Amino acid sequence: MLFLFAILIGVLYGAAVYLLLRRNIFKLVLGLIFLGHATNLLLFVAGGLTRGFPSFLRDIPGEVEKMADPLPQALILTAIVISLGVTAFALVLVYRFYSVTKTVDLDELSENE
Amino acid sequence: MESVILQIAARHMRPLLVILSLVVLYRGHNEPGGGFIGGLMLGAAYILYAMAFGVEKTQKSIRISPVALTGIGLLLALVSGLPALMEGHLFMTGEWTTFFSGSSFELKLGTPLLFDLGVYFTVAGMLTLVMFSIMEE
Amino acid sequence: MNIGILLLALLFLSVLAPFTRRYLGNAAGWIFAIIPFAGFVWFLGMLPEINRGEVFTHRYSWLPAYGIDFSFYIDGLSVLFSLLVLGIGAFILIYAGYYMKTYPMKGRFMGYLVLFMASMVGVVVSGNLITIFVFWELTSISSYLLIGYNHEKPEARGAALQALLITGFGGLALLGGFVLLGIPFGDYELTTLFSNPEVIKSSNLYLPALLLILAGAFTKSAQFPFHFWLPGAMAAPSPVSAYLHSATMVKAGIFLLARLNPVLGGTELWHYLLSIFGVTTMFVGAWLSITQTDLKRILAYSTVSALGTLVLLIGTGTEYAINAAIIFLLVHALYKGTLFMMAGNIEKNTGTRDINKLGGLFKYMPFAAIVMILALVSMAGIPPMLGFIGKELIYEAKSNAPSAHWFILIAGFMTNAIMVFLSMRLTLDIFWGKEPAYDKKPKEPSLALILGPFFLVVISLFLGLFPKTMANPLTSQAIMAISPGMAAIKLKLWHGFNLVLGLSALTIALGVVAYKYRDPIISMATRINLKYFREEFSRVFFRMIDYFLIYTKEQTKAIQHGYHRFYLMTVFVVASILVWIQIWNGDPVILELNFRDMPLNLVAVVALIIAATISAVVAHSRVVALIAMSVIGFGITIIFIAYSGVDLAITMVLVEILMVILAMAVLFYLPKYVKYSGTGARMRDALIASLVGGFMMVLVLQAGSSAVQEPVSEFFKQSSYTEAFGRNIVNVILVDFRAFDTLGEITVLAIAALGIFSMIKLTKKIKI
Repeated sequence: MLFLFAILIGVLYGAAVYLLLRRNIFKLVLGLIFLGHATNLLLFVAGGLTRGFPSFLRDIPGEVEKMADPLPQALILTAIVISLGVTAFALVLVYRFYSVTKTVDLDELSENE
Repeated sequence: MESVILQIAARHMRPLLVILSLVVLYRGHNEPGGGFIGGLMLGAAYILYAMAFGVEKTQKSIRISPVALTGIGLLLALVSGLPALMEGHLFMTGEWTTFFSGSSFELKLGTPLLFDLGVYFTVAGMLTLVMFSIMEE
Repeated sequence: MNIGILLLALLFLSVLAPFTRRYLGNAAGWIFAIIPFAGFVWFLGMLPEINRGEVFTHRYSWLPAYGIDFSFYIDGLSVLFSLLVLGIGAFILIYAGYYMKTYPMKGRFMGYLVLFMASMVGVVVSGNLITIFVFWELTSISSYLLIGYNHEKPEARGAALQALLITGFGGLALLGGFVLLGIPFGDYELTTLFSNPEVIKSSNLYLPALLLILAGAFTKSAQFPFHFWLPGAMAAPSPVSAYLHSATMVKAGIFLLARLNPVLGGTELWHYLLSIFGVTTMFVGAWLSITQTDLKRILAYSTVSALGTLVLLIGTGTEYAINAAIIFLLVHALYKGTLFMMAGNIEKNTGTRDINKLGGLFKYMPFAAIVMILALVSMAGIPPMLGFIGKELIYEAKSNAPSAHWFILIAGFMTNAIMVFLSMRLTLDIFWGKEPAYDKKPKEPSLALILGPFFLVVISLFLGLFPKTMANPLTSQAIMAISPGMAAIKLKLWHGFNLVLGLSALTIALGVVAYKYRDPIISMATRINLKYFREEFSRVFFRMIDYFLIYTKEQTKAIQHGYHRFYLMTVFVVASILVWIQIWNGDPVILELNFRDMPLNLVAVVALIIAATISAVVAHSRVVALIAMSVIGFGITIIFIAYSGVDLAITMVLVEILMVILAMAVLFYLPKYVKYSGTGARMRDALIASLVGGFMMVLVLQAGSSAVQEPVSEFFKQSSYTEAFGRNIVNVILVDFRAFDTLGEITVLAIAALGIFSMIKLTKKIKI
C-alpha cells in the first residue's frame, strides 16, 4: 500500500507545484490547498500505516504496540484546521485583490508596478 | 436566498448542533472529539443559521460578537496555563481535581479541559468571524 | 582617575552638549574644555611613571566567549597621542565656541567634536584589536558628521560621503586584517601580540593580514592614491580641519602603524610597502599644493605630504627614522593645528581664503600674524622652532635609509623645498604685498580665537629651544614603544656643521629662489598638472559610485523581477535538482509490491483521488475545480478512517464542508476562468511539477524502507492515561502534552480571522 500512497503523494505534490506556477491567482490558492493535502498525507504515511487500531487506550493487553502513532495525527489535526484558516485568508485576499485591481492575472500586477 | 425548508431545518438543528458540539467537546478527552471538532461543529451550526436567516439576525440571536468569542477563547487557553504556575509547576502543566471520588459520578476536572474549551471557542469564533464577514458582502 | 571614567565623561558630554549650548552661550567652549584639559593634566601626571618604562593596563570583561575584552593599554605612545588629542582638543573647543557663533545647531557641532575626542582617545589607549576597531570606526563616523556639518551645501555632503566611504572601506579591511592577525595568536589582546610577535611573521596569514591592515591605515591617513578625500574634507568648518584633518584623526593610521610595528614590522614587505607609498604620497602631496590658491587646500595637501613622510619614516624603521617620525608627528600637529585655526580666523576677518585675494594683513593684525609666521617657520624647518629639529632628524634618517636612500633623499629634499616655498608664499602674500579692498577693516581675532594658535606655537618654540628637557621626556617612551630595542636620540637644536645642515641650508636657498620665480613656476606646474597629472581622483571616485549604483539597480531588477511564479520556479528547480542528485547517489529504493496488502476499495479511493486531482488541474471552470477538490478532500478522509485516524477524519469532513461553502461565497465575485499561459509554458511547468512530485514519491518510498528510530510517541502512549487522565491520546497531545504549541496554532487562527475581518470591513475605501 505504501507504493500506492507514494504515487498519490507524488501526484498531489506535482499538482500543487503546477498550480502554484500559474498566473491566475485563484489557481495559486488551489495550489496551496493541494500542498496542504499532500503534506498532511505525507505526515500520515510517515507515521506508519495501521489498520483498524486508533490510538485510544482501551485497557486491552498489548494495545500500545499495535495502535496507530498518535503524534502525526495530532500534528495533522492542527494542520487541517490551520490550513482552513490560511485558505480562507487566501481566498479573501484573492477577492480583495480582484476588487481593487480588477484582474486575477498576477503578471499584470508586476507590469503595472 | 430565503428557503423555507432551510429555515425550518436551521431553526431546529441549531440547538441540537450546539448541544452535540458540547458533548463532543467534553468526551474528547477519552473518545473521538475535542475542542477542534467541537468548535467546527459550533461554527457550522451558526453558519447554517446565517445561511437561512441572514447574518444580521444570527448575530442578534447570539448576542456575542465573533471577535469577542475568538478573544475569549484565546484568553481561556492562556489562563488555563496559570494554575500550574501557582502550584509551582511549569507553565501549562496539567492540574487535575476529582469531585465525588469513589462514587459512580466521579468527575475529573482539570486545566486541559479549560484549555480545550479555549480551543473550542477560538475555532468557532474564527469560523463565524470569517463566514459572517464574507456573507455580509 | 581612571581612563574609563575619562572616556565615559567625554561620551556623556558629547550627548549633553547639544542641550547645554542654549544656557551656556559662547562660553560653552571654555566650560567644555575643562574635561579634556583635566584629562591632559592626568596624562601629563602619568609621564614620570611612563618614563620609568611602566605600562598601565586595565581590563573589563566584555565578550569573554569570543576572547574579546574591553581592555586598555597605556604606554608612551598612547600618552603622547592622548596628550596631543586632549591638549589640542581643549583649545579647539574654546576656539570652536566662538568660531561657530553664527552657525545654526552649534551645540550639536560641539557634541560631535567631543564625540570625536572620546573615540580618538579610545583608539590610542585601547589594549585590544577589536576595541581599537570600534573606536576607529567611531572616529570615521564623527568625521563624517563634522565634514557634512553644512549639510545644505551639496559639496559638503559629497565630501562627507566620500570621506566616509573611503575610510569606511578601510575600516572593513582593517577589521578583516585584525581578525586574521588574531587567529594565530588566538587572542586579540595587544599584550599577547607583543609578547610573541614571531607567531604572525612565520604564519602564512601574515601577508593577507598585513595588506588588509595597511589598507585601513592608508585610507585613514590619506596615502596616495586614497589621498583625495582629505582636500575634499576641507568643506568642514575650520575647527574640524584644524583638529581632525591635520592634527589628530588622520594620524590614526600613523598611530596604528606605530602600534603594530613590533608585531608586523621589520620584514622586507613592510619596509618596501611603507616606503613606496610614503615617498609617493610625500612628493605628490607637496607637488599638488603648489598650484592651489585656497588657503585651506594648500594646507590640506601639505598635510597629505606630511602623512606620507611619517609613513615613509616608519617604513624605514631605523633608529633615526623612528625618532624622526615621533618628533615630526609632534611638530606637524603643533604647527598644522595653528595654521588651520589661523586660516579660519583670516577667513572670518576678510571673507575669503583665496591667497590671491589676500595681502597686507600685518598692519591690521600684527599679533596674529606673528603667531602664524612662527608656525610657518616651523613648517619650513627653520630654527629655533621644533620644526627644525624634526627636519634635521628626517634628513638624517633619509640619508641613512637602508635602501634607495638617494632617491628618498632627493624626493625629501624637493618636498622640503616646496614647504619652504609655501611658507614664504603664505607669509609674504598674506601679511605683506598688495592690499586688496576689504569689505570691512580686518582686526585682531578675539581671545578665544587666538588662544589655541598662540599656545601651540609657544609650545613648539619652547620644545625647539629646550629639546633635552622638554621634548625628550615627552617622546622617548613613545619611540621605545614603536621599536622596543631602540633608544631615544638626545635632541639638540645645534649639532655642528655636517651634511644634514648643508642640506637644510640648500633647501632654504632653493625655497627662496623658487619664491623669487614663483609666477613662472606656478604656471609651469599648472601646465604639467593639466597635461599629465589631472586631479581627477575625486571625480573618478564619484563616477565609480554612480556605476556601482547602476549595476546594483540592474542586478536587483534581474533578481527581484517581481514575477511570483519565477521566484517559485527557481526554488522548485533548484530543490529538485539537489534532491535528485542525492537520490541518484543514495541508497537504491526497494520496491515491495505486496498485493495482499492492497484492499481493492482503498485502491479505488486512491485512483479516484488521482483522477480528481487531474481534473482539478485541467478544469476549465472553477466549479468543476471546486467539486474535484471536494472529492479529493473526502477521499483523504476515507484514507484517514481506513488507517485509524478517527479524529482526523471527523475534522477533515467538517473542514471540507466549510471550505466549499467559503469558496462558493468568494467565487461568486470572481471573473471567469481564463487561461493565461501558452502551451510551451504549461509543458515547462508540467515538467517541473513532475520533477518535484517524482522526488517526493521516491522520498516516501525511501522513508518507508529505511530503518527508523524508536518513535517518540511511545512516551505519549504510556503516560496518556497515567499522567494526563485521557484515553484519546491525540487529544491529550493537543491539549496537554503539547498544549503550548496548540496555543500558538489557535493564535494563528485568530490572527487569520482578524486579517480576513479587516480586509473586508476596513478597506472599502481603497481604490486605485
